Amino acid sequence: MHPFVASTLGGLIIGLASALLLLSQGRIAGISGISASAAFGPREGWRLAFVAGLGVGGLVLLQSMPTAFAVPVDRSLFLLAAAGLLVGFGTQLGRGCTSGHGVCGLGRLSRRSALATGAFMLTGFATASLLHLMGGAR
Amino acid sequence: MKLEAESPLGLSISAFASGLLFALGLGLGGMTDANTVLGFLNLAGDWNPSLAFVMLGAIAVYAPAYRLYAKLHRNEQAPWQSSMCNVPTHTHIDRQLLVGAAIFGVGWGLGGFCPGPALVSVVTGAVPVMVFIAAMALGMYAFRRFAAKGL
Repeated sequence: MHPFVASTLGGLIIGLASALLLLSQGRIAGISGISASAAFGPREGWRLAFVAGLGVGGLVLLQSMPTAFAVPVDRSLFLLAAAGLLVGFGTQLGRGCTSGHGVCGLGRLSRRSALATGAFMLTGFATASLLHLMGGAR
Repeated sequence: MKLEAESPLGLSISAFASGLLFALGLGLGGMTDANTVLGFLNLAGDWNPSLAFVMLGAIAVYAPAYRLYAKLHRNEQAPWQSSMCNVPTHTHIDRQLLVGAAIFGVGWGLGGFCPGPALVSVVTGAVPVMVFIAAMALGMYAFRRFAAKGL
């Protein structure tokens, strides 16, 4: 399958998954918010169930298409730790990530989410591009 | 026993299904391959535009679904209880929103993982994923413990 076709299909499934949560319970499928609350409260059952679904989905992928997983080839553990800290803190301060702002927010035509998505895309592009230009990321 | 959609069990079942589907979409879409993600975010190298198709595909489904949701909600035909309707309604643009999103983007460009794909990748047991997840949890905790108080 051409990568663009797989990507589009993957996107359609992500859209379905988010639409399911919206239409069944009026909730936004924002993974940073759901997982932070599942870990640190308020720990409601549906949040734990959503995170469990992500895990079981991961297991299904691991069985059916293990090549879907890859860790970055040119990033040290130190960089990944720094990345995790920034992603964890930034998504809480900005109240959303790629799912909540990028998919659900843009799909709702939310101006807040459009600006947030613009901001994280801009710094994401800038960071990855600068690291590349500096000749590797270790 | 009749299973009500808004019973705690009903909510958990639909949330579990949503999480499961979401993970499959992320995997098929290439988001759980951090090198594909970095190939998209790095404009200075051999650019890989495929992830733009993930976002377009997702929005193509979600936008009409949201219109349907909004219509049902307006006409009070919603299958859910209005008390649990949790779609954000605030429209205020503040510094926290933009600074937080910008910080998140730097982390995304550094590591190639955003929260969803990282959580789905936990099952691989790969050390870089575990390091990222532990640090992400710490970042979330730090925000709640320290920063949220001062905002």
